[in-house]
Amino acid sequence: MLAGLKNSHPGAGLPRLVAKESNLRLRATIIQALRRFFIERGYLEIETPNLIPSPAPESHIDAVGTAGGFLHTSPELCMKRLLSAGYSRIFQICKCFRGGERGKHHLPEFTLLEWYRSGSNYMDLMEDCEDMIRFVARELGCGDSIEYTGRTIDLRGPWNRITVKEAFMMYSPISLEEALESDRFDEIMVLEVEPRLSLSMPTFLYDYPASLAALARLKQGNPFLAERFELYMGGLELANAFSELTDVDEQGRRFRREEEKRMRMGKTAYPFPGRFMEDLGKMPEAAGIAFGVDRLVMLFADKDTIDDVVSFTPEEL
Amino acid sequence: MYNAADLKKGLKIQFDGEPYIIIDFQFSKPGKGQSLYRCKLKNMINDTIVDRTYRSGDTFEPANLEERKMQYLYNQEDEFFFMDLDNYEQSMLTGEQIGEAKNYLTDNREVNILFFGKRPIGITLPNFVDMTVTRADPWVKGDSATGDSKPVTVETGYSLRVPPFIEEGTKITIDTRTGQYVSRVKE
Repeated sequence: MLAGLKNSHPGAGLPRLVAKESNLRLRATIIQALRRFFIERGYLEIETPNLIPSPAPESHIDAVGTAGGFLHTSPELCMKRLLSAGYSRIFQICKCFRGGERGKHHLPEFTLLEWYRSGSNYMDLMEDCEDMIRFVARELGCGDSIEYTGRTIDLRGPWNRITVKEAFMMYSPISLEEALESDRFDEIMVLEVEPRLSLSMPTFLYDYPASLAALARLKQGNPFLAERFELYMGGLELANAFSELTDVDEQGRRFRREEEKRMRMGKTAYPFPGRFMEDLGKMPEAAGIAFGVDRLVMLFADKDTIDDVVSFTPEEL
Repeated sequence: MYNAADLKKGLKIQFDGEPYIIIDFQFSKPGKGQSLYRCKLKNMINDTIVDRTYRSGDTFEPANLEERKMQYLYNQEDEFFFMDLDNYEQSMLTGEQIGEAKNYLTDNREVNILFFGKRPIGITLPNFVDMTVTRADPWVKGDSATGDSKPVTVETGYSLRVPPFIEEGTKITIDTRTGQYVSRVKE
């Protein structure tokens, strides 16, 4: 017997794997449906390297360092370089890695779906989300609604759309401005806003404060807002999307700002993503989105922990 | 010092001058936002429960706790006295702090006393203790209401059910986690 196994019972983890089988089958079916959805709409499936030299500097996302660079936290920078080269509709389903993220809805290694379309903005991506999730529901034979943690989620559109400012006015004890000033935006989002978003219908929360979007375009006519949205469903944060920032100088300033924040927090410095910046000047107007596949499986499998929809958690290895 | 990434169920930290144990823990994080660590903490002195939300960057002082092997000496009403076997120092716990453990405190019993700094705050017993039966009624055969066990009392006044063959003066082993009879001590 291997030395490392001597303290565990042989086969002790197997019943858990057996119990997960229906979830893992559902997971496979959902991923196949997602691929079909994009292929039918003329998207090209892309693979980009998981090992990269310079992750996008973002103050609250930590890349895992390894020999030769970092594991990517999202394929965003490479996907955008493809947009710059003229690939106009692309998607990718890949593993991404984020240090220190482990909870009921978080794994440090998780599966992300990203898609990008040129000549589009974030509003177009809201339509895509509705169409895509309804497509998956149909493929699974779910019809117009699904049951999640004892509640029915109505998938017929149009889904709720509320701005971040409206959400704070309705649900937060302090205003959006106060929350930003006192650095309590995330805390209020998690503790006050998210729990009060509709559970009976998916919700798009949109138009984020400009300071909270490292890679998004500012809203036409309002430089304090970024064209960014998040999709919530059944209390889960499912996706984050932008109209992409194409202004090279502005992107440089944002990266430096984020990098400074990282330094102040005592976090690892990343090499500047020079190649991405060189190509960004050629990027057409475009919109892109990162969508959590594991959480989508949680919704359709009616599971309230991410552990139930992956074959192995880090603790089980 | 601990930092936020160290937080987990069972971790013992101190703040406002008192020790707390994390009894429930939840990690949350908006995709682009800060990590939040939501904790339910139990005060290890008075058992009150508080909710706290911490963020990455927060640091925590480990609770200054120490377990010492001590011998039970005696009690005066609600005060129970113990002696450190290494330095003969005496410490006192109240009946409330002792709780159920008082059922098993016989003279010279060795136990672990938990200290927060210099202050004794709790007691841990061995899982199994031997005690002497001080009162046992004869078993009435055929008494179906009591099944195949009968009540006895041990020297602390604690009562429990034992098999019919246990008599007054017999030494028995008790599981302190359940309070139940385990076996007769073979002399």
